[in-house]
Amino acid sequence: MIKRIKVGTASCGIAAGAKDVLEFIKNNVTDIDIVEVGCIGHCYAEPLVEVETDDGESIIYRDVKPDKADLDKILSLSDEKRLKVRNERSSRELIMVTKLAGRISPVSIDEYKKNGGYEALAKALSMSPKDVVDEIKKSGLRGRGGGGFPTGLKWEFLSAKESERKIMICNADEGDPGAFMDRSLMESVPHQVLEGMLIGAYATGATDLFIYVRAEYPLAVRNLGIALEQIKNEGLNNLNGRVVDIKIKEGAGAFVCGEETAMIASLEGKRGNPRYRPPFPTDKGYKGYPTAINNVETFGNVPLIIKGGADRYASIGTEHSKGTKLFALAGDLKYPGLVEVPMGITIGEIVFEIGGADKDKVKAVQIGGPSGGCIPAKYFDTPIDYDSLKSLGAIMGSGGLIVISSDRCMVETARYFLEFTSRESCGKCTFCRIGTKRMLETLEKITGGKGSLEDVAFLEDIAGKVKNGSLCGLGQTAPNPVVSTLRFFRDEYEKHVVDKQCPALQCNALVDLYLNQDKCIKCKLCIKNCPVNAISDDFVIDCDICTRCNTCMEVCPVDAIKRVPKGGKSE
Amino acid sequence: MLAVKDVLSSLEQDNSNLIKALQLIQEQEGYISNEAIKEIANYFNVSPVDVEGVVTFYTQFKRIKPGEHTICVCDGTACHIKGSPLVKNWIEEELGIKEGETDKDGFFSLEVVACLGCCSLAPVVSIDGKVYGNLDRKKLLKIIKQYRNGGAK
Repeated sequence: MIKRIKVGTASCGIAAGAKDVLEFIKNNVTDIDIVEVGCIGHCYAEPLVEVETDDGESIIYRDVKPDKADLDKILSLSDEKRLKVRNERSSRELIMVTKLAGRISPVSIDEYKKNGGYEALAKALSMSPKDVVDEIKKSGLRGRGGGGFPTGLKWEFLSAKESERKIMICNADEGDPGAFMDRSLMESVPHQVLEGMLIGAYATGATDLFIYVRAEYPLAVRNLGIALEQIKNEGLNNLNGRVVDIKIKEGAGAFVCGEETAMIASLEGKRGNPRYRPPFPTDKGYKGYPTAINNVETFGNVPLIIKGGADRYASIGTEHSKGTKLFALAGDLKYPGLVEVPMGITIGEIVFEIGGADKDKVKAVQIGGPSGGCIPAKYFDTPIDYDSLKSLGAIMGSGGLIVISSDRCMVETARYFLEFTSRESCGKCTFCRIGTKRMLETLEKITGGKGSLEDVAFLEDIAGKVKNGSLCGLGQTAPNPVVSTLRFFRDEYEKHVVDKQCPALQCNALVDLYLNQDKCIKCKLCIKNCPVNAISDDFVIDCDICTRCNTCMEVCPVDAIKRVPKGGKSE
Repeated sequence: MLAVKDVLSSLEQDNSNLIKALQLIQEQEGYISNEAIKEIANYFNVSPVDVEGVVTFYTQFKRIKPGEHTICVCDGTACHIKGSPLVKNWIEEELGIKEGETDKDGFFSLEVVACLGCCSLAPVVSIDGKVYGNLDRKKLLKIIKQYRNGGAK
């Protein structure tokens, strides 16, 4: 018998149509408990519906449509449409932090407790604050927001401070394009993040807790808010007689606010400009009070460490990088999604085994977002840990991992990131404000087919200056996408500036569209759909008019139209 | 300006609530007007230019009245490599407006955002917060048509 039905309604699920599925099931099934749950990480198969049976079995159905046929399959526990987690993935993943994500209702404190929730907090409260800090230190947990600073050490700094108020902030301003680990955790298991924060507050003596969350994550804000109310109602924010205040603050869309001093300025209601350190936030932070900032995923790890013990936690991972890491896997691969892997796994295992990417087509991964770098396929045996990635010119970052196939242009990829950082530069430091802009212009010149070898040399020169002349992490790391692509894909830059060719056929200024008359069946779909009337009645594309929008390629039923190098008419 | 006053009176007069005030006012009015800036400055006892400074720093805040529906094109990394510049072009052609503008009927506004966090469905756009994924030109134009016909929620 079916005990209950769970529908995954995190943002990815909703975007794939999970709300319609939920409504359909609710309208047609009245005698079974139906609950909304978060994300289990298999985004490629959304919408997902999980069925729990009386004998504790759990079956997950994938790509569920809001119709009777699919509902019947679910209710009869049919073999069809079941999500089968490929062995290549399940044997390499290590699910710890996301164990309850997508399994329990995010907004039910009872369910969280039934699954061991708040046991870690109770255990922490039976220890001395110092022992809790020591336990975190011993576990080797490092900040999951990107920098990798030892969490225990940060907590020790804060706990050593004497102050009437001490501040602890959860950095949930996940602004890296391509990253959604923190969103998923907050949407799916908000209580786990809050439990980590409460343990942190107890260990450090923090009095005021803030969660600084992106306003672009409305569901995360909502679920955190509900969870917070439940905590207050049950008095869980009473830490052995000391009641702590927790507030949710919504960010307003500024990438630089992920930098801790900028975040503090933003929380104070000001422009989010970073400032010089020292004084470090643990000395002088929010409104002048000692402040510690940790990332969502970092807090998500804390309950596991306290509950299972530091030794057990530290047995996972590499010498200097402990535990697991969440990665948001996207780009050119078969199974995008949220994955949790032990530190020390290789990039190749994630990309090929878990992600199912095509070995012959992948040329690089972009890791660490706009502050990170591209790692070419020949280094895919590199283990994922803070230090190995750094040595390759990338960073762990918060965990965005984008797979790039051979038909993507690396110069264009670098240009894209510089467009992002130049837009997000707060403008305080000259080298970041003007330097990123000049780098962007130079990259646009190269992708526009007007670059020269001097431009490539200029990029290298100015990259070093921007790095050295900027105050905060944004400016210091902004040149990374350019530096790393120049290091590993210099040939692509040279092809653009010397031969005026884009090897990946992506840069529009260096590409023509060519209609192969031998393949063409004269159906005229391309002519009808061309937005700028660039195709003549005898099926010739006028490349002076053509905007390279690819519409004709998409509508052509026989693939007669192709992108070709500029000036070249044949394939 | 009654709405602005109502919003402000619900908040504690602490500068750390300034961004919250702007968010609540924008939620009600759709944008931040000159009058709103004056009211906020008054309430928190700062100069209007300080409020304006905060407004222009954060991309969330708008100084121009938006259309009835707001289309956000995601230009996050995953969407970008899956063709979000094309998606943006298609919309710009269809609506006859550029990023940051509202069409002449005041029906659609177009914005480009950094990442909506639905990378596995790339490329995506959101309309009034509802996300549409795995877009191609045909699918996109069909969605826009649905809104124009009043058929989409």
